[in-house]
Amino acid sequence: MNKLSHEVWVYIEKKNDNIADVSLELLSKGRKLAEKLNGTLKAVIIGDNLEELAKQTFHYGADEALVVEHADLKEYLTMPYSRILSELVKERQPRIVLFGATFVGRDIAPRVASNTLSGLTADCTDLQISDVTYMKKEYPKLLLQIRPAFGGNIVATIITPDNPVQMASVREGVMEMSALDKPLEGKIAKIPYVGEEIDKIIEIIDRHQEECKVNLKCAPIIVAGGYGMGSKENFGLLKKLADLIGGEVAGSRAAVDAGFIEHERQVGQTGVTVRPKLYIAAGISGAIQHRAGMDESSKIIAINSDPDAPIFGVCHYKILGDAIKIIPALIEAYKNKLK
Amino acid sequence: MTYNSIVLVKQVPDTANISGDVMKPDGTVNRAKLPAIFNPEDKVALELALQVKDQYGGKVTAVTMGPPKAAELLKECLYMGADDVILVTDRQFAGADTLATSYVLSKVIDKIGNYDMIFAGRQAIDGDTAQVGPQTAEKLKLPQITYTEKILELNDDSIKVQRLIDGGCEVLVSKLPVLLTVVKEASVPRPFRAKRVMAYKNFIPQQLTTEDLDVDLERCGLPGSPTKVHKIESVVLSAGDHVSIEPTKEGLGLLIDTLMNDHIFG
Ligand SMILES: Cc1cc2nc3c(=O)[nH]c(=O)nc-3n(C[C@H](O)[C@H](O)[C@H](O)COP(=O)(O)OP(=O)(O)OC[C@H]3O[C@@H](n4cnc5c(N)ncnc54)[C@H](O)[C@@H]3O)c2cc1C
Ligand SMILES: Nc1ncnc2c1ncn2[C@@H]1O[C@H](COP(=O)(O)O)[C@@H](O)[C@H]1O
Repeated sequence: MNKLSHEVWVYIEKKNDNIADVSLELLSKGRKLAEKLNGTLKAVIIGDNLEELAKQTFHYGADEALVVEHADLKEYLTMPYSRILSELVKERQPRIVLFGATFVGRDIAPRVASNTLSGLTADCTDLQISDVTYMKKEYPKLLLQIRPAFGGNIVATIITPDNPVQMASVREGVMEMSALDKPLEGKIAKIPYVGEEIDKIIEIIDRHQEECKVNLKCAPIIVAGGYGMGSKENFGLLKKLADLIGGEVAGSRAAVDAGFIEHERQVGQTGVTVRPKLYIAAGISGAIQHRAGMDESSKIIAINSDPDAPIFGVCHYKILGDAIKIIPALIEAYKNKLK
Repeated sequence: MTYNSIVLVKQVPDTANISGDVMKPDGTVNRAKLPAIFNPEDKVALELALQVKDQYGGKVTAVTMGPPKAAELLKECLYMGADDVILVTDRQFAGADTLATSYVLSKVIDKIGNYDMIFAGRQAIDGDTAQVGPQTAEKLKLPQITYTEKILELNDDSIKVQRLIDGGCEVLVSKLPVLLTVVKEASVPRPFRAKRVMAYKNFIPQQLTTEDLDVDLERCGLPGSPTKVHKIESVVLSAGDHVSIEPTKEGLGLLIDTLMNDHIFG
């Protein structure tokens, strides 16, 4: 086999002319992975007018920014973007490519993986580098792609042993963002864009985008309910408590699926990852996909009628009982303290 | 003008309703104990294809790759209104990751031919990867529109679609043929038609195996899957160092005092 590369690439996504948080988080993680490989970290940016963005990546540990600029590339479009990235990957064979598990990341990453015959693991909650013995063969410094699977009872470690390129996607908020004290003296490599017929096969006619109304990620207090809350009406109790103590309401996927609360407010592996000062989980069993999105909260209060509910395994304060009674009692108790 | 559609459907374990006895003591999943269901977004994808057929005419073919048991799913497609169904099944396809799956599906689609649209669910609930649709489109060198919410217009050789994006939506026009992945908000699947249930109750779907397809076995199933499961751990919960709070006035009052002292709120 040819000598494997030691490059870690992060596909940089833009959001309102800035770099999306998830890409900065991935650069921070990518930096650590590159150090373990004794390799380099490269940011790949496609778009128009990218000089400033490219420089910003050096603050998050990129040694080099690979930049493809053209007026026709201003907005994300599946065909040219995936074609450009596929060609770059094929030509330079990076060891690892990381994507945000966002609308854009989930659109482009599978196409690039398919084109380059690379392995791609979606929604990783952790990434590590380790020597691995697989099928009696030694593989030095493989990427361990760790993700919960199958109804929350399992954590799977996925590897891509025999491929030169290993790809993974990670949700926003899962990795920690950390800027360097001093930016690296990075290099900007400009790669020319040569358009092709197929790039224009899809055309954007119109686009409406609003700043997210619900900002769970920044809320200092979150009052979350699960299927155990029983009804949409009972979620009103959570709203009342949240309003009183200055928090936002959220829910588990089971609560979202039951229509108790809107999808934007789902916490967990396939929802938002949050780290508030206080997380109150009422009527939530605590499946791993839910915990993946909240278990780093500073303080967790769990209210559940089942003494064996897994949520009690990650909480700081356990309240055993009926949430429908306890939430109003909490509201009362809080109001009494304010008097 | 009529339009032919191919719909990719998958039978999945009902991961939303997993109970304790589904887990084996060694931490692996006892699949036999999990009920198998029609992947919810694939059903919506089929519904969209059927709506196109209702409005313009044409043919809807549902395809699944899976074990022989997945024939159940195809019968449900017929009950809803699909014209034709294909079961892609072979031991050599087992253990496929999304890359190997999309490779085989693209070969099946090539074989069917004469299509204007391919519909897939956005993602399957067993893995939530959302990869098979786009990976199949890439293999077929077709454009794709992911997160499809609404088909706005069909004109001879193009389609206008509204799709979800981060914090909003966008409207795109693509040349046909195109692959669309569909989100559950797009529509509500129609119920089974009683007449069709009677007609297809004992129907045996057409099966395709490696012998019927122009496939390279090295790219199918486990050998064709670059990603491998290295380790599976069942999640053992630590007891945790938590404080138990009595659900009484006093208990809750003390909890609030503690949180106020810690400047969490108040
Ligand atoms: C690939 C994948 C991704 C997923 N992603 C997510 C995700 O992002 N977020 C997420 O939340 N889930 C996710 N899930 C689903 C997850 O596995 C669980 O099914 C879900 O979190 C369960 O929600 P729940 O705890 O609200 O409901 P349940 O599991 O039904 O639990 C309800 C709980 O309420 C308790 N209860 C009942 N009545 C009361 C009462 N009156 N008072 C107090 N307690 C009561 C019960 O004891 C029980 O513990 C995912 C699953 C898969 C397979
Ligand atoms: N084995 C399969 N047979 C047919 N279609 C599939 C199969 N696996 C995935 N798909 C399609 O691809 C979509 C995305 O699947 P996934 O990438 O597994 O989340 C599904 O919603 C299906 O439409």
